[in-house]
Amino acid sequence: MVATFEPKKDYKVVGTRPIRHDGYDKVTGKAIYGADFKLPGLIWGAVARSPHAHANIISIDTSEAEKMDGVLAVITHKDMPKAESKMVDLGEGSVNFKWASEKLMANKKVIYKGHPVAAIAAIDRNIAEEAARKIIVKYEILESVTNVVDAMKENAPIILEDLIGDDLGEKVHDTNMSEHIRHDFGDVEKSMKDSDHTFEGEFNMEMVHQGYIEPHNATAVWNEDDQIKIWTSTQGAFPARTQIAGILQVNVSQVKVTPLEIGGGFGGKIPVYFEPIAAILSKKSGRPVKMVMERTAIFETTGPTPGGKIKIKLGVNNDMKINSAISEIWFEAGANPGGMIGPAAMCIYAPYNIENMRIDACDILVNKPKIAAYRAPGSPQVAFAMESLIDELCDNLDWNSLDFRMKNASKSGTRRGDGVRFSKIGLEEVLSAAKASNHWNSPLGNPLPGIKRGRGLATGYWFNIGLKSAANLAVNSDGTVILTEGSTDIGGSRASMAMHVAEVLGIDAHDVKPNIVDTDSIGFTDVTGGSRTTYATGYACWEAANNLVNELKKRASILWDVNSEEISFNDGVFSHNNEEKIISFKDLASKLGDLGGPATSTGSVDLSSAGDGFGMHIVDVDIDVETGKTDVIRYTAIQDVGTAIHPSYVEGQLQGGAVQGIGWALNEEYYMLNDGSMANSSFLDYRMPTSLDLPKIDTILVEVPNPLHPYGVRGVGEVPICPPIPAIANAIKNAIGVRLYDTPMNAGRIIDSLR
Amino acid sequence: MSSSKINKVQISTKINGQDYDLLIPPYMSLLDTLREIVGLTGTKEGCLDGNCGACTVNVDGRIVDSCLVLGPEVNGKDVNTVEGMATPEGLHPLQQAFLEEAALQCGICTPGFLVSAKGLLDNEPSPSEERIRHWLAGNLCRCTGYDKIIKAVQKASK
Repeated sequence: MVATFEPKKDYKVVGTRPIRHDGYDKVTGKAIYGADFKLPGLIWGAVARSPHAHANIISIDTSEAEKMDGVLAVITHKDMPKAESKMVDLGEGSVNFKWASEKLMANKKVIYKGHPVAAIAAIDRNIAEEAARKIIVKYEILESVTNVVDAMKENAPIILEDLIGDDLGEKVHDTNMSEHIRHDFGDVEKSMKDSDHTFEGEFNMEMVHQGYIEPHNATAVWNEDDQIKIWTSTQGAFPARTQIAGILQVNVSQVKVTPLEIGGGFGGKIPVYFEPIAAILSKKSGRPVKMVMERTAIFETTGPTPGGKIKIKLGVNNDMKINSAISEIWFEAGANPGGMIGPAAMCIYAPYNIENMRIDACDILVNKPKIAAYRAPGSPQVAFAMESLIDELCDNLDWNSLDFRMKNASKSGTRRGDGVRFSKIGLEEVLSAAKASNHWNSPLGNPLPGIKRGRGLATGYWFNIGLKSAANLAVNSDGTVILTEGSTDIGGSRASMAMHVAEVLGIDAHDVKPNIVDTDSIGFTDVTGGSRTTYATGYACWEAANNLVNELKKRASILWDVNSEEISFNDGVFSHNNEEKIISFKDLASKLGDLGGPATSTGSVDLSSAGDGFGMHIVDVDIDVETGKTDVIRYTAIQDVGTAIHPSYVEGQLQGGAVQGIGWALNEEYYMLNDGSMANSSFLDYRMPTSLDLPKIDTILVEVPNPLHPYGVRGVGEVPICPPIPAIANAIKNAIGVRLYDTPMNAGRIIDSLR
Repeated sequence: MSSSKINKVQISTKINGQDYDLLIPPYMSLLDTLREIVGLTGTKEGCLDGNCGACTVNVDGRIVDSCLVLGPEVNGKDVNTVEGMATPEGLHPLQQAFLEEAALQCGICTPGFLVSAKGLLDNEPSPSEERIRHWLAGNLCRCTGYDKIIKAVQKASK
């Protein structure tokens, strides 16, 4: 049975804003990120990459590279262990090791531009890169496809010959469609026909990248006893270990992954890229090998989230209720099956209570990098389509779109598009907070001449996963507590983990010392992703802290020679018999040497339940009708966060997600050329938002505690990337009277739409 | 050819107030000189083409992307990195403000932002928000949406 909790309000630590434990190292340059790591005898690896998006490999000549002074190892697909074709779930997305291996090192053909064809280890990075340029590959160039429509055409080039597509349960051969799923509830055809009004829209989106600033990296040692040690920047040391072991065809216990500090991931640092290659180079050279990816390769070969096509038809009645919804989602998978259509289908209707609904979703291979999770993977795309169409129908029927959303809002028990019913959710509270917000109630103001101003809003949803986490505690004699856990700290989670422990033990957050350790030093812990870390690892910390209290009660019972069950613990103080005997946590900690030795505890969880999260964003934009430039001039993110453990970092999640969404809405895209190459694979040309592009991002934290977590935590990190794209689309429509159905909604598109 | 056979150049430079005589390949960037030769890894690599600002350092009072500067170019110059900001007395006010305002999430861009912002406040102790946003536009952050970074710099301003 799933435990449920009553919300509390009188927290001592939860809800405060202590300085993060790793902060001093990170503002002084002492923190060791993946690329900062060094070992004695370290050499460098580099990769030779395909210049073509789709080509058969005729031959690979490595002789010139091997002849170079300073080159210690050269590998190709011949050095890759043969992995079996089998799907393994990694928490956010799954992997087939045969394809994963061939994705990292091309076998018979290359299927995306930048596809590795060989790798070199040399005494320094410069020589390794120079040697990579001396790998000579003969290709037979094949026709490439870089969008879902072309990929589904009858005579489209087939990307993965051994792909067996699953079309609603039927096996399909010679296809680029890996999967077609359907959810169908009620009677959509009849309800659509019976609706007072129907609206349809088709939305097209380009692929975008997570855009983390830190390059992918890996350092590997393959020891003579076949023990493999990896140091890397990863969102999950254990899921990385699973992938590395699978690709290298060794047991997971032979691989020890040490997660170093990580410079952003947003889902893109769940897959491994360099780790297995560095390991094989280490085996062949007998040296530790380090690799750091160049930015062009990061854009061309890692990360992106699917673009694609989304069609929605909605039927509404004159009572302002949605009566029927039908949608089709076609997502790019990249060059391997992707797996983000499930979450897209889950999220598309989530903010609305709809009786009759159908979703068809297809995962389609294209000659682009295999997609990875990107912050609520699949949800921002469908939010763009759904929330734009909702606004359009409200415009047409002269309905207030916020009132319309309130009238149709999902509640506890409402069925999601994939059939799952919500537990306790806070969407109505979010909508009420939006309606009461200063932003919503402020006049738009007058723009300068030549500028059109508009306001838009939209909702967004993410389900927030649970999964597996472990935590260990040990008491120091000075009354502090060592916390050991396995969740990569990507945005301040050491602090929130320590706060979970401190709240239970009645001590200061800084009296808990959080440590994130390698895969040999803690129980299996899933990725930092899915907005699960504070929820699930926090839960494990809470459980470990409660187990520690029980252990310390036993020690106090030795001290007082009483039964441990008669001892109570409150606010950091153990007491017996109505406080006849009392001792503080700190005092007891100093006496443990005489009371049975070290006091330790563990917490271990596998949570299927999750705290569904909803948000609404309000945005004002100024559009220069001559240049088409859009400026975001005011922005407010409102979200049900359950309980904010450390409000500063919760606000930071809302702000960061909103700005990634703003970039996605207005400018970011994979601009593909006809030969299947990306034309804008640098930060200059990809052009993510800078500080000058943005206003302050206001946040309103709505707290509807999640009864499935001891402190009411819901995940918060992913919801805020979902509303910005439609909110901006709706603001653009409000400003210039034209609706855009494609992303990015850049200056060119705006100028075209005004013509 | 191995790097051991490359004709190296000798440079004399001051890094965070300390004099260094270094022997480096002529093509080596200042970024690699700091990270690989001197061992100061606080300056980060993000893109190697001058577009992210993670490798920002101060050379003779000017803010530069150290991936675009060659090591030999700082011969006779004064280089300051994030490692030189704190003193034995404590953190620089910008570092303290970044901690208090939660102006970092992953922290990879933080050294570059701190060095950039220090370059601004050294010359303009009370910049406007617009001025701060303009000055920091060469530093990319993908986590924070910049809001708390701007607030931290404002907090450290006079």
